[in-house]
Formats: sequence, C-alpha cells, structure tokens
Amino acid sequence: MIRAVTRKALPAKFEILVRIIAVVAAIAASMIIMLCMKFNPFVVYANILKGSLGSGYRFCQTVNKAIPLTVLSLGTGIAFKMKFWNIGGEGQFFMGAFGAALAAFAFPSLPAPLLLTLMALVAFIFGGLWALIPAGLKTKWGTSETLVTLMLNYIAQKWVGYLQYGPWRDPQGNGFPQVAKFAANAILPKVFGIHVGWIITLVLAAIVFFLIKKTKFGYEIQVIGESTETARYAGINVSRVMILAVFLSGGLCALAGMMNASAIENTISEKMSGGIGFTAVITTWLAQLDPLVMVIVSFLFSMLIQGGSFLQSSMQIPASMSSILQGIIIFFVLGSEFFVKYKLFFAKRAKKNVIDTNTAEVAK
Amino acid sequence: MNFFISLGLFLQVAVQMGTHILLGILGGILFEKAGNTNLGTEGMMLLGASIGYYAGIKTGNPVAAVLCAGFAGSLGALIYAFITVSLRGNQVVTGLVLTIFGTGVAGFLGKVLTAQPLPTSVTDVFTHRAIPLLSKIPVIGPMLFDQSPYIYMSVVIAVLLFLYYKYTRWGMNVRSVGENPAAADASGINVSLYKYVHICAGGFLCGLGGAYLSLVFVPRWQENMTAGAGWISIALVIFCTWNPIKAIFAAWAFGALKGLAFKCQNMVIAGHAIAISTQLLDMIPYVATVIVLVIMSLKMKRENQSPASLGNAYFREER
Amino acid sequence: MEQEAVVIKDLSKSFGSVQANRNISIDVRRGEILALLGENGSGKSTLVNMLAGIYAPESGSIFINGKEYTFSSPQDAIAAGIGMVHQHFKLVEVMDALENITLGEKNGSFFINRRQIKNKILELEKTYGFSIDPDQKIYTMSVSQKQTVEIIKMLYHGAKVLILDEPTAVLTPQETDTLFDILRGMKKQGCSIIIITHKLGEVMRISDRVTVLRKGKLSGTVNTAETTQQQLAEMMVGSSLSLEVKRAKVQRTADPMLEVNQLVVRNANGGKALNGVTFNLYGGEILGVAGIVGSGQKELCETITGMTKAEKGSVLFCKEDLLDMTPLEIKRRGVRMNFVPEDRLGMGLVAGMDITDNVLLRSYNDNKGILVDRSIGKEKAEQIVERYDIATPSIHHIVKQLSGGNIQKVLLGRELEMQPKLLIASYPFRGLDVGATNTIMEMLNKQKEKGVAILLIAEDLDQMCSLCDRVMVMHNGETMGVVNPEQSSKEEIGLMMMGEHKADATHEAGGTK
Repeated sequence: MIRAVTRKALPAKFEILVRIIAVVAAIAASMIIMLCMKFNPFVVYANILKGSLGSGYRFCQTVNKAIPLTVLSLGTGIAFKMKFWNIGGEGQFFMGAFGAALAAFAFPSLPAPLLLTLMALVAFIFGGLWALIPAGLKTKWGTSETLVTLMLNYIAQKWVGYLQYGPWRDPQGNGFPQVAKFAANAILPKVFGIHVGWIITLVLAAIVFFLIKKTKFGYEIQVIGESTETARYAGINVSRVMILAVFLSGGLCALAGMMNASAIENTISEKMSGGIGFTAVITTWLAQLDPLVMVIVSFLFSMLIQGGSFLQSSMQIPASMSSILQGIIIFFVLGSEFFVKYKLFFAKRAKKNVIDTNTAEVAK
Repeated sequence: MNFFISLGLFLQVAVQMGTHILLGILGGILFEKAGNTNLGTEGMMLLGASIGYYAGIKTGNPVAAVLCAGFAGSLGALIYAFITVSLRGNQVVTGLVLTIFGTGVAGFLGKVLTAQPLPTSVTDVFTHRAIPLLSKIPVIGPMLFDQSPYIYMSVVIAVLLFLYYKYTRWGMNVRSVGENPAAADASGINVSLYKYVHICAGGFLCGLGGAYLSLVFVPRWQENMTAGAGWISIALVIFCTWNPIKAIFAAWAFGALKGLAFKCQNMVIAGHAIAISTQLLDMIPYVATVIVLVIMSLKMKRENQSPASLGNAYFREER
Repeated sequence: MEQEAVVIKDLSKSFGSVQANRNISIDVRRGEILALLGENGSGKSTLVNMLAGIYAPESGSIFINGKEYTFSSPQDAIAAGIGMVHQHFKLVEVMDALENITLGEKNGSFFINRRQIKNKILELEKTYGFSIDPDQKIYTMSVSQKQTVEIIKMLYHGAKVLILDEPTAVLTPQETDTLFDILRGMKKQGCSIIIITHKLGEVMRISDRVTVLRKGKLSGTVNTAETTQQQLAEMMVGSSLSLEVKRAKVQRTADPMLEVNQLVVRNANGGKALNGVTFNLYGGEILGVAGIVGSGQKELCETITGMTKAEKGSVLFCKEDLLDMTPLEIKRRGVRMNFVPEDRLGMGLVAGMDITDNVLLRSYNDNKGILVDRSIGKEKAEQIVERYDIATPSIHHIVKQLSGGNIQKVLLGRELEMQPKLLIASYPFRGLDVGATNTIMEMLNKQKEKGVAILLIAEDLDQMCSLCDRVMVMHNGETMGVVNPEQSSKEEIGLMMMGEHKADATHEAGGTK
C-alpha cells in the first residue's frame, strides 16, 4: 500500500519544479475540458494572450488589474509572513477607498500632488486601523483572525454601500445610486497611458522587498512567523512587531483601494472591488510570500482575468471561463504542495517496512 | 387584528428569505464539525443553483433538478475534500478557490440559462402547500405551515442533522474527528472517510441552498443569484455555534432582517418617514458574528466552542 | 505456554540506522503485573508500541494466548485484547466519559443506547473498583480521572492485556495509590498488565516481575520479590565503567560563578517543576546534570536564562541575581544557552532561514539603525563553519536542510562565538555520530580551559561521566546529590536518578521505599 512520510526538506529548485509541473498539468487539464466543450484549446489560450497583451488598450487594462492585485498581495503577504492570516484585504481595500474619498471631498481645492498624497495617507491610516481590529482582538483575547478579517470585509463593503445609497448619494446621479465623481485633482495622472499606480506598485514592491530582507523589522517578522518562542528568546517584542506589521499590511491593501478609487472608478462604490481582495489571498499564497514573485504572479493572473473578458467578445465564451481556469490552476498547485511536503513510498504489508532515514527522529 | 395578519405574512416571508441561508449554514456545519474550515459555500451554492436549474430545464423533473443541484455542490466539495484531506492542502485557500471556481462555472453555464424559464412541471411542485388546520394558527400559522415543500424539507433536514449529531454513533464519531482526530484514529475510526463523507454531504446541502433560489424562490436564473448568501451562511455557522436547531432561527432571523430592510425603504412611523439603510441592516449578521467570535474567545461554555481541530489537517505519522 | 497471556519472541525494529529493539523476548502471564524498566532510549516505548499495533516489527513474533498475531493497526491489537493507555491521553475533551469510552465500539448500535452502555460501564466499575461518573465531561476531570477513563475504555473494548505508559508520571502520591489498588483488582480478575515506569520504588511495590531493557536489548527479567533496587539499577545502566576519560584537567575558580539556592519553579498545572534546587557551578568546570527527561532540567535551563519566572529562591551569577532580569539582560551578562529540545523553544533556530541569519539571531540588534548588518553575520558564520567543521554547501544554506549534527554545531557555535562566561549545553550530543560528538566535546573542553562555567545536560550517562568534573543528579525537580564520576559508580548515579538519595552507610541496601 502507499504510505506517506514527512519529508525533511526539499531543495528550492525542486520545489519550483513541482509547482511548474502543477501549472502545466493544470493547463493541460483545462485544455481537455475545453475540448470536451468543443472549443479549440489553443485558440482559447491564444485569445487570452491576445486579449491581455494584444493591443495597447488591452495591455493597459491588464496592468490596471495587476496594480491593485499586486499591492493587495504585498499587503496580505506581510501579515501572512507572520502567520497572521489576514484575509481582510478586501475590507481594507474598501476602507482605503473610503478614506481617499473622504480626503478628496473634504479638500477639493488642494493642488493635485498635495491632495493625492493626502488621500494616500488617509487611505493608508484607515486601512491600517481597520486591520488593527482583528490584530487587537487576537493579542488581547486570542480571537481567530481568519474569521474576524473575513467579517470585516463585508462590514467595510456595506459601509461603502451605505454611503453610496445614503448620505453620499450623488443628486446628479440620474437615478443611479452612486457617489459623486472625484474632481480632476483627485485623480491619479497617467504615465505612458496607464495611471501612475504602476510606478507606485513597483516602488512598493521594492520597498516591501527591502523591508523584509534587509531591515531588522523584516528579520523580526520572519522569526516571529517561524516561532514566537524563538522570537522571544532572541529578545524580540512580539506584540509590538505584530501590531506594526498588521498595520502596514492593512495600510498597503488600503492603498490599492485608494488607487482604484482615484484612477479607475473616479469614485467609490460597493461593487468596486470585484472580489480582488480574495484573489490576492491566492496570488499571495502562490507567490509563497515573495514580494518580487508577487509582481509576476499578479501580472499573470491579471492576464488571465483580462484575457477572459476578451474571450467573451471574441469567441462568445463567457468571461467566467477565466474564473474556471483560475480555479483549475490553483487546485493543481494546492495539490502539488503535498508532493513538496511529503514523500510517498510503497510498503509491503505487515512485517517489513521500508523506512527512510528521515523518520529516525521518530525513534525514542 | 390587522397587525397580526401583517405580522404573520411578514414572518412567512422571513422564512422564505432565509431558507437558502439555512441550507448553507447546515452545509457549513457538516464541513466544520468534521474539522474543515469552509469558505467555499458561495461557490457550491452557485454550482447547485446553476446545475439544478439546468437539470430542471432539461428534464422537467423537479426531483432530478434538486438531486442534480445537490450533487453539483457535492462535486465541488469533493475537489475540496481531496485537496484538503488526502493531500493536506491549505483549507482557507482551497475554500476560496472553490468559491471562485464555483462562481465561474455558474457564470459560464448561466449564459445559457438566462433566457429559459423553468417548465411548470418543476415550479408547480415547489409552490407553497398549506397544512390544513395548522396553517390557520394566527401569526405563526402561515410562517410555519404554509410554505413550499422545499422549506419543509430544509427544516426536516435541520432537525435530522441535530438528532444525528446528538444521538447516533456516526454523529458521535464525526464529532470526535473534528475535535481530536488522533483520538478518533486511535479508536479505530477512519478519519479520512468520515471527513470525505461529511464534506460531500455539506456540499450537497449548499447545492440545495443555491437551488432553492433558482428553482423555488425567484424562480428564474439570474446572474450572481446568491449575492453573498454564501458568506452570510459562513458567518452564521459560527453565530449559531454549530448547532443545527439554532441555525434555523439564525437563518430565519436573517430573513426577517432582509424583510425589514425592504419595509424600511418606505416606513412611516408617527407621521415621519424613516429610512433605515439596507446596507446598515445588511451589516448586522457580520457584526453579530464578530461579537460572537469575541465572546467565544473569552472562553465561555466549552460546548459552544468551535470544534477543537477545526482547520488542521490530520496526518498519522508512520507506523 | 498455558499461563502466558503474551509471548514476544525475538522482536526487532529499527528506524533508519538506529536499532531501537534488538531480538527482545519476554512473556507476560495472566494475572500478573510486569514492570518494563529502562533509561531513555532503551527501547521500551518502541517495544510496547509494537504490541499495541502502532509500529510494525521488522522480525520476530507476537503470541497472544498461544496464537500468533500480526498487527497492522491499533485496531488489530484491540481486537486481540490488547489495550494501551498512552502518556498523552487520547480523549475528546468536550464529550463525556461515556461517549469517549464507547467511541469506536465495534458492532455498536446506530442509535447510541446510553442506558445500555452506562449499565455496562457501571458493571465494569463495580468489578474493578472505579468511581467515574459516565456523564461527566472530560474537560472537567482531573488527570487521574482522565487516566481512569482511558483504562475503563480499554476494558470496555475487551482488553485483557493492558499496557500503561508511565502512568504515575502525572499523578500525585494519593492518586498513585488509587491506581495501584485498581491494578491489583484487575490482576485478580485475570488481566495481564505491563507497566512502563522509571520509578524503582513503584516497581518494587506493584510488580510481580521486572523486565529491564538497555540500549535496545534485553538486559534481563527477574522476579520482583527476588531482586533489589540496586540490582535493577545495575541492569539498567550497566556496571562496568568502560569509559574513555575525555576530561580536560583544569583548575576551577575559587569562587563559584553561579550559585543556585532553593530554586522553586511552578509548572503549567501548578505542580513544582523545581523544588528547592541548590547547587554551585564554578568557572573552568563542567557540571553534568543527570536525570530522566522531565526531572526539571528544562525548567532549570529556562529559569537561568530568564525564559521562565521562578517562584522562590535565587540564582546568583557573579553575585547578581538573574531572577530579576530579562533574557536580554542575562544574555548581556554573558550567559549562553545552545539548545532546548522541547517544543517550547523550537530549536533555538529559525528553520526556514539560512545559517547567516540564524547566527544573527541573538546579535542582530547590536548595530545601530534599522538595517540588519549581515556582513558581521557572514563573517561569524564563516568562522563557525570552519572552526566547527560544519558540512554545508555554503553559509547561505537553509538550516533545516542540514543534518542533525550540523544543526547542533551551528547552535553551539553561535553561542560560543559570543564569548560566554556561563554556558548551558542542553543535550548537545543528541543525534550525533562519534566524530561529531568528539568535536562537540572538544569545543566544550576548550571553553572550560578558558575558564567558562559549563552546565551540561545529557542523556547518556557514559558520556557525562567521561566528560564532566562533577555530576549532579536531578529527580522530580529536586537535586538528589552531586557526585564525582571518578569515584562514584554508575549504579549509584542510576539509583539517584530513580529517586533514591545518595546512599550512605545507614541506608539498608535492598530495602523498599
């Protein structure tokens, strides 16, 4: 029969290989499914590529999607590195949008650079504070952060919805419930045809990379993520680092919200996220919490999403196909984790056991 | 007297608006009592809603439609089970992906479904049936005894689930799996099997929940029918402390909240027009759940805590 | 063969290159209590785990009531009538005793018939003399009650052979008395009981025969009535001092560097992990701490380094009381510790980081500014790798991929590079081969020559006696005595490890406690 035993550790190259095989297998599986549905899989994938990179406009659309996804991943990743399961990126996104809108409406006459900076600052703080709620609950009462952050997502979203349908409802909205559009000075400018968010994103990725790998703070986060006891032994103030890191995490996610509110929606609405906070959890996990890999993975995912909308117009395949593809790919990668962590071996029944040296620790 | 009649009608509608949530909660309870975090309810509901509807159109047979809906949810759950139980994958991420995947499949299928109405052979079965005599009881009569058979079914399932956990051996076994899989394993219980079965059963119920919307409540297909119902169900699983009977009340209370939200759009009390925002009311289940979470972590009654091994994969080291 | 309930013939089992059990043959009769004795690592647990169906033997046979059995799972063993009560209970806390007892019952009815099950349980309780309320929830029970539930569970499922793994480790003396009464009652009913224990006094009290294991092999089986604690201790640790003396000859400091006085530390459930520990440690000496795992060594280390708070007593290091200080302050004074193998501290290492980053663990904050200065870390890492001959492709290699011995070297190396004044070396030889062990011993001797005070905690008595200047024996949180390994015999030390105070002329040899 087949037995599984924990592996000691796999060299990094091997791990990457396993994941690549998983993705390839996923794509192959998806192709089979497409064949069953009477689509030519190569045409489908070609169209996805075309739809995401095929023209200047489409490329911009892909980047526009990649920007918030990357920033959300960066934020989520910082928390995850400390084993603080912040799946509240979605809520922090909304709070960031809310904060940005607040600033935009409160100071409509400030010059753009000033206003935009203010919006970013307010957004960051709002998101950070929103993330501190579950962090505080956890440090004080040990409440599970997974569920609290999840709930706060919807509370934040509903809050924006409340504003949208209620006090901030635009009287000039032509009957549609919406919040007033931002003034021009609250809208992020474009660079090379895409809003400046792309530069901000790359800068943020670099900053996060630097933070984690080079600073003491990043070092402390890594140690805490491994074992809080080891961290205490090293003299690290665990609560302080945790609070700060979670604040950063929420703040980053909120920045994504600010950028979308400012540059893409030019307003805020309860539908503005499109579930991207959850997608970010997945890209974060796929990228194994590495900030630079996140940029790549997020971009690839955005290609898939953008390509999906193109499929709708070009091949009349519903855009939800990209969700299906996303699902298949991640299922495979999730499954491949097993082969990274465990080793299979075939044991004969009863008396003889083939055991590898990795289980030597089991002996008492 | 007028007031009581309106109250009765209001409650009747409340139950109707909460039934898909009830099924979602029950599905979630099945998952979590076996020790697996469930974030895929929305996806499984949509799978059920879309495939159930599709089966309804194709076969014209209501039973087939319902069964297909359930199995659709189960299939989604099976993928989740394989990844998290056999391959010990991350439960949170897998659940989220299940939601994305399920939403995708439903959206995909939905394009075909939108234009087509359900045959009456299906919809007729699900119209409300009044139970004689009992449905005449003031206020609670219409609420409890004049509903669609689907709703009666959901209540029966809830009660059966409660009895299952409390009084049967299998129920006890799965509870031990969720609390302390090592103890269950040592007692000879096949941990993986129990998890698989209960996860798939949970998926079945979520699928039924989704199908309620597309087959009974609306009953047409609309894009994104569930509109967050899955997430509310997840929240309410905790809120009702994994108790199927409490789930009934939680779900119906939610339904009442929704009903209240509609009414509040144009409410007039003492001559003043009051409008309580729907969105603020929508927040209530989530806020309530956060409060329950905090209270739970203050270590109140042990029996109401989450299953002790929730979220952990079980791996028996080599023998 | 008639009387034997259990016969084990030539049972062997290895894990990788370690042979845990080699050709062990024992038997247990009906209506008998057999004590299984041995040091840590002697193979007791492995043996009973094979009986209980948890491990599969490599070779040998198991006979129950004359019939040969092969167990491929614990269920097979239970079906054959063998029940094991582990040290860590396998109970579902939130359920009541009745549910736990009937859990996994073969051919149980679909609807749980509480009355029927309860009656059966109460019958058992009457027969054997238990007093557990079946309706009581486990999480409200005391440790002793939980243990009783485990025993009832085994009996309920039809066990006639009961294996108890260190049952008295978690009990008070009164609870131990209760347990023993129960065991005697079970004996009368014809059950066979195998009890694993360290406590020689208890062995003499409760068992009919004793089987002693040593380093994976059978050391002997004797009738309890015909043996003495001394003899048992000798069987456990071996009599000949066939040791290569590895001690470095160094003159120790005149004044003690560390003075521990009446140290009392509580453990998690309110009991005393350390109960009035008193000893001195001098610079330029290696003081070994012998004792069974769980005698308080871990708490001693953690208290000295500031990880745990003490209730009473003092720990003076160069005349300053460490008990008032934080771990950081203690570290600055020059107190170092390498490795505590319990879960609490992980491994003193961050498994996912590389050697350089791990070397930095205690010194990363020394430089000013917000950046981590890895250049210093790199230098140190390279020094450590070279000096202690660590086998690694580079200093950027992830630590969890190193072999056990090399991990140990990194840990010890890191602490030594920080010029300690007092070093606590905790199980430094665990998992090392002869070559690596010698290297570590040299490292420690070199430190001794520099005048460092070293507290060495280890399992292997041979190693300790060959390396240490003095050996302190701990048992149950107390210091039993301090001996000179050159003058004392291992049996003496063995006895002290079991709780017998240092033998003096007035103590009757062979008397029961």
